[in-house]
Amino acid sequence: MKVLVPVKRVVDYNVKVRVKSDQSGVDIANVKMSMNPFDEIAVEEATRLKEKGVVTEVIAVSCGVAQSQETLRTAMAIGADRGALVQTDAELQPLAVAKLLKALVDKEQPQLVILGKQAIDDDANQTGQMLAALLGWPQATFASKVEVADGKATVTREVDGGLETLSLTLPAIVTTDLRLNEPRYVTLPNIMKAKKKQLDVLTPEELGVDVTPRLKTLKVSEPPARSAGIIVPDVATLVDKLKNEAKVV
Amino acid sequence: MTILVIAEHDNAHLKGATLNTIAAAAKIGGDIHVLVAGNGAQAVADQAAKAAGVAKVLLADAPQLADGLAENVAAQVLDIAGGYSHILFPATASGKNVAPRVAAKLDVAQLSDIIAVESADTFQRPIYAGNAIATVQSSDAVKVITVRTTGFDAVAAEGGSAAVESVGAVADSGLSSFVGREVAKSDRPELAGAAVVVSGGRGMGSAENFKLLEPLADKLGAALGASRAAVDAGYAPNDWQVGQTGKIVAPQLYVAIGISGAIQHLAGMKDSKVIVAINKDAEAPIFGVADYGLVADLFTAVPELVAAL
Repeated sequence: MKVLVPVKRVVDYNVKVRVKSDQSGVDIANVKMSMNPFDEIAVEEATRLKEKGVVTEVIAVSCGVAQSQETLRTAMAIGADRGALVQTDAELQPLAVAKLLKALVDKEQPQLVILGKQAIDDDANQTGQMLAALLGWPQATFASKVEVADGKATVTREVDGGLETLSLTLPAIVTTDLRLNEPRYVTLPNIMKAKKKQLDVLTPEELGVDVTPRLKTLKVSEPPARSAGIIVPDVATLVDKLKNEAKVV
Repeated sequence: MTILVIAEHDNAHLKGATLNTIAAAAKIGGDIHVLVAGNGAQAVADQAAKAAGVAKVLLADAPQLADGLAENVAAQVLDIAGGYSHILFPATASGKNVAPRVAAKLDVAQLSDIIAVESADTFQRPIYAGNAIATVQSSDAVKVITVRTTGFDAVAAEGGSAAVESVGAVADSGLSSFVGREVAKSDRPELAGAAVVVSGGRGMGSAENFKLLEPLADKLGAALGASRAAVDAGYAPNDWQVGQTGKIVAPQLYVAIGISGAIQHLAGMKDSKVIVAINKDAEAPIFGVADYGLVADLFTAVPELVAAL
């Protein structure tokens, strides 16, 4: 059984981005880029399924600029067998990515696609669900446990108020939550080996997908700043301030 | 212009998030219809009919809609979607699960987690863990939207008198089935809607020590929250997590105890009205957003605070 794992190159999660002064977007020139953390969890899960013998091949895919090849190499260093990049400099929104991924699924015929639940740049939380809809496949989002056996995937999901478990008929879509697993560190020998793995480069045109954005970003602004707070010397002062100044208790 | 709001419920009670979503719909303007898709959910439909501003409630009642399976609920929404200009879901686990499925089937983009309505086609939403606010305009015929509930004040739960109309339920997709649910029991207010939240971080040290926060939460009538570090360390259940990937809260008072204040955590609570931080590290980033900071050992400060309240 093949697994497809889409990965995204995003601003590293430790970087605090700044809004550009002309409000056209956030400044991501010269900031550290990494694989989206939820996607690392997705690659790790696919690799573990392979190590258990449930999966035979893991294919990492990405959509975006040429530098996304680095992200795919990271995925291959974790354990993906090969990679594919749909290369474009165009702005890609989740619906366009879902359509590109559908074209790749039609080509590769995987039984399972594991995605991150959301990318930490646009915070959309849409692509996995959209891909499931376009393919007409079942979905299990926000997964914290995945078991695959007998043509079914049993997935425990993190929902408001607790956990729920679903059974999906394969082929299916799973999106990862933080507690699904702890991604392994990539080792130097595996980074070297990853450089030799196959990486195909395609274009949206080759896949016949129109990636024109549907949403227009009119401006990007700073969130309203909080006024500076104060440090209180002791608990008594704190309680006094909360009662008499903020009037919240 | 007619707007469809998808109700969040547990087949017995309408969840508060629905009322915030109706408020967002009211800002867009137009007739507001509410869809209740569930099983044995007549009571939920009746509650939705009483919400202020609702013109009509549509009830789809069938066993295959009982557990909110994305495949069935999305199909149900699509079945009645014709004629609506906007389809709104609360940005809860279930809304986020279903909305993109509906959008993709309609071949429209989806707007996630809106915090403000500028006009019928222009909305504000946070990006990069809330470090930037994007104003986005949709050119699609139907706008599929999830609403950040803390961005809109809930409409009144009583006072309305909308008609409840039954609609035919769609057939079971057969693609997925519900196996079971583990609900974390709590007598405290629901985290997302609480007026006061007391949150603990890695500084609590252990699950045992986390209990130290209970008397404080009891005194304040607060919900308990946690940082990701505390959840990952097993100190607190994961549905307590506040942050970019957990719950987004905006209470009147947020008390952060032993939380350093990573940007992912701040994304979940920095719209709180008053933030109090107790941390022994004076350099902790949480003090950058706190209205009142106390540099102290939480193990002495928290019991003192309980005694002083």
